[in-house]
Amino acid sequence: MTATLVFLALLMGAVVWWLVRQTINVKPWVASAPSGAQQGVGLVAPQKMALGVLLAVITSLFALFISAYSIRMELSDWRPLPEPDLLWLNTAILFVGSLGLQWAWRGAARQQWPAIRVGLVVGGGCALAFMAGQLLVWQDLAASGYLIASNPANAFFYVLTGLHVLHLLGGLVVLARTSGHAWSGALAKARLGVELCAVYWHFLFVVWLILFGLMLST
Amino acid sequence: MAQVAHDAVTDADLRPFEVAEEPLYHPKTFIGKYIWSQDAKVIAIQYAITAIGIGLVALVLSILMRLQLGFPESFSLIDPANYLQFVTMHGMIMVIYLLTALFLGGFGNYLIPLQIGARDMVFPYANMLSFWFYLAAVLILVASFFVPGGPTGAGWTLYPPQAVIGGTPGTGAGIILMLISLCVFIIGFTMGGLNYAVTVLQARTRGMTLMRMPLTVWGIFMATVLALLAFPALFVSCIMMILDRLIGTSFFMPAMMSMGEQTAYDGGSPILFQHLFWFFGHPEVYIVALPAFGIVSDVLATHARKNIFGYRMMVWAIVAIGALSFIVWAHHMYVSGMNPYFGFFFATTTLIIAVPTAIKVYNWVLTLWRGNIQLTVPMLFSIGFIFTFINGGLTGLFLGNVTVDLPLSDTYFVVAHFHMVMAVSPVLVVFGAIYHWYPKITGRMFDETLGKIHFWITFLGSYAIYYPMHYLGFEGVPRRYYAYGETAFMSESAQDLNMAISIAAIVVALAQLIFIYNIIKSLFSGEKAGHNPWNATTLEWQTPHTPPRHGNFDEDELPSVYRWAYDYGVPGAKEDFIPQNVPSEEMAAARVSGEARAQGDGKADR
Repeated sequence: MTATLVFLALLMGAVVWWLVRQTINVKPWVASAPSGAQQGVGLVAPQKMALGVLLAVITSLFALFISAYSIRMELSDWRPLPEPDLLWLNTAILFVGSLGLQWAWRGAARQQWPAIRVGLVVGGGCALAFMAGQLLVWQDLAASGYLIASNPANAFFYVLTGLHVLHLLGGLVVLARTSGHAWSGALAKARLGVELCAVYWHFLFVVWLILFGLMLST
Repeated sequence: MAQVAHDAVTDADLRPFEVAEEPLYHPKTFIGKYIWSQDAKVIAIQYAITAIGIGLVALVLSILMRLQLGFPESFSLIDPANYLQFVTMHGMIMVIYLLTALFLGGFGNYLIPLQIGARDMVFPYANMLSFWFYLAAVLILVASFFVPGGPTGAGWTLYPPQAVIGGTPGTGAGIILMLISLCVFIIGFTMGGLNYAVTVLQARTRGMTLMRMPLTVWGIFMATVLALLAFPALFVSCIMMILDRLIGTSFFMPAMMSMGEQTAYDGGSPILFQHLFWFFGHPEVYIVALPAFGIVSDVLATHARKNIFGYRMMVWAIVAIGALSFIVWAHHMYVSGMNPYFGFFFATTTLIIAVPTAIKVYNWVLTLWRGNIQLTVPMLFSIGFIFTFINGGLTGLFLGNVTVDLPLSDTYFVVAHFHMVMAVSPVLVVFGAIYHWYPKITGRMFDETLGKIHFWITFLGSYAIYYPMHYLGFEGVPRRYYAYGETAFMSESAQDLNMAISIAAIVVALAQLIFIYNIIKSLFSGEKAGHNPWNATTLEWQTPHTPPRHGNFDEDELPSVYRWAYDYGVPGAKEDFIPQNVPSEEMAAARVSGEARAQGDGKADR
């Protein structure tokens, strides 16, 4: 459970630090006229904050899987499976998708529609290509006899890659909606959507790197 | 042209929301208002009715168990397999589908927007989806009663291998439906939880600083954070167990013989499941307890007409309990076999968590001290909560120690402990909270006498049920047994005690009918309550309409907050309470002159 505990310790540390800063030396019993606008509003869009919270939840999910992986790995029946070379190509494709959305984000900040649209297409296309690639990897492995139930290492491989792809699918829904805004020319909405997608794509790329690294090293 | 216009959007236009706030969705039809509703208050009531409905099923299951235990061999309908199924479903429903859903989905939805001065949750659509996922989870769970083999009987902890392997009731479709139902619940909760957390952080009205939030909101907020981070552990273990059960992976399932045959499983780790389960399971205790802590603080302050003692300490205690709750999980596993040093570590953290909890208890008692105590029905339930919580908490100190836990593990002492601390205590708060906010939710007053009868039977009855169980535990009577027969260690009177407990349980269960009757009857014939019958300070009592309409507050302006939620009995004030949105006289004077000046400036400009 070390991975999970480290993650949670960091997260809880951040939460407690933030709360202490918000609450220390405050005298709640003193009445005063409110100043400024609504509390907390104006710093970040609610959607961005929601994404931040969601990423914490997803990190918790993968950290727990990694903890389970490292505990289960210690047992004697663990037989590592070979990582097909195709996985390297898939990693590169996912990286390009992330770059594409970064490009779109930059374009959105400068209000350049072509950059936004091209970036969204690259991001979405690469995500689809990555998923197809992962499917091929599964077929390869299954064809060479590495079935999900034959060894826990295989089972973890299929579950972790599958879960990662499912998260990417969820991202594609938001990406599709954002593309709708991008082509209809709703700048504010497209801009927010692009930013959310870019952050989410970067996050899933990092998650993939960690999962891939874990599977390569064990 | 349109292109140019869009490109001309500047940064200034994107502030403060970056994207213009969507106007509130105003449904026209009955279905839009009450079925596919996006109003947090309606969603809250949907959550509450569903949760209480399924909770009543769990209550009936517990009565069936008590009938078997109190009067063995009298009911041929209940066989050992049924009994285990009742135990399992009773526990799972009460902890997750009733308490978690009711506190977060029910009270969270109703109270967060109203108490922080928001019109609604920030993502109403996701909020609506959250309820429908929850309803689907409940229906899947209920469906498992009707499949061949019935629901799972693995105990609410669903430990493998016995949850999956033949011989346990409900290893057919029952366990699969249970696991799927949990996954659906978690997905639904995550949508709701994102909403609760972001709403508290982002949608507070002018002047509602974090340290002016009522403790109810603090409790629900911290519980939401815990749930968002802890439920993934249950999700992970459910997915892996579904795979073990359905396609024969060996995440948790060791090589074993079943019914005289070697199973296909090999090398899995049941202990891994226990770690994952309790990594969720212990924070779950506080997911239920923290909202109860918050609500009870507000109810006590309101009905004792006194500010809550040590508000800042209460907030920090909530945060500390939340953070600590993640590093105590293995105290549920002392008998599973672990390194003694681990046991020492987890015993220590478990005892440390008693410190912030004790701070809260002292502060509640000190809030009552020299308060102007009004023994209303919500207040009775809140005081009852303090009693039961201290009782349950103290036995927790026993069980948190490894050496004391070993002989008491899996006996009725444990059953008594967790029912006192996380069943009776939060349920008393649920009742207190329902009575407290009933006038706001319905606009009518409940029947006070019936409420008091309900309280006394429930409170004293709970003691009649659970106090003797401690004694049974000391005798070593094991939990989850269908029947005991002749044993060497149980005294003969243990059976009489079991019978007495069963009779008390039936009486308490029947008393809940008084509550339901009261709630339904008062809906039609209760006195009009007025907008603030308890003279409370928090914003939900200051709404222009009772019950609050869609949008909660005045259509043009959200309330501004000038003070914390606990200005009761302020020296020199005209009344014994000052609502949060009422400025002091100097502030009001300053505001009036400021507005006059602003108007004057406006005229000069023209």
